[in-house]
Amino acid sequence: MNLEKKIERLTLLLRLDGELDMHTASMVRQAIDSEIEKRGIRTVILNLQDVRFIDSSGLGVILGRYKKLLSLGGKLKITNVPPHIYKIMELSGLPKIINFYLDEAHAYEEGRGA
Amino acid sequence: MKTNQLILTFSSISENVGITRMLIASVGAQLDLPLNDIEELKVAVSEAVSNAIIHGYKNNPNHIVYLDLDITNDTLKIIVKDEGCGISNVEQAMQPAYSTDPERMGLGFVFMQSFMDELQVESTLEVGTTVTMMKHFKQTPTASH
Repeated sequence: MNLEKKIERLTLLLRLDGELDMHTASMVRQAIDSEIEKRGIRTVILNLQDVRFIDSSGLGVILGRYKKLLSLGGKLKITNVPPHIYKIMELSGLPKIINFYLDEAHAYEEGRGA
Repeated sequence: MKTNQLILTFSSISENVGITRMLIASVGAQLDLPLNDIEELKVAVSEAVSNAIIHGYKNNPNHIVYLDLDITNDTLKIIVKDEGCGISNVEQAMQPAYSTDPERMGLGFVFMQSFMDELQVESTLEVGTTVTMMKHFKQTPTASH
């Protein structure tokens, strides 16, 4: 799993590349949680374009970050979800609670200046 | 009737979950299964193996997980076995959203159930858990060599 991080003010953009399972979930958790704690990040945008696999461990780490951010008054946004990954997410009910966006630009735009 | 069997025994470490997915994907490709079915098999195997490591062995890396693939002309049988702590209430564990950990969604068995044609879970406390999953498929005529 490769992670590409970009930080702009209080927003963390994370581009994931690889398979999101129990092996890589802790890496993603640490990458996000450390920025929340260190820099006071309150909006996290996850770009899943290059995620080739996800299972319940991967969904769990996403749900966990959503809950953590929510409790801090923050937000989790998901962009660029490949169709076969979206199917698994849909089965889990995640799209009912987390906002999905077409791309990063749409995710940045929503909520800006509000 | 053409049959095939593959048995893999491996350490209970998270790195190996990806290897079991590669194996099932290769078997699925060899059986000419549709890509979507292969994706679903990968999720089902990933869930069963992750459960064995996380719950059966409580993330202790010094144990062995057993994966057994039995292929007959129209059925792929996948058996994932651990010799870990066992599940006290299998019926409860298989309920959607049942999880012992707030970071986890309790969807492992739900995915196995939705992606496989048959799912059977046998568990004995302090003895271990065996998950048996079946996928039926249409026989593809094999080209003669």
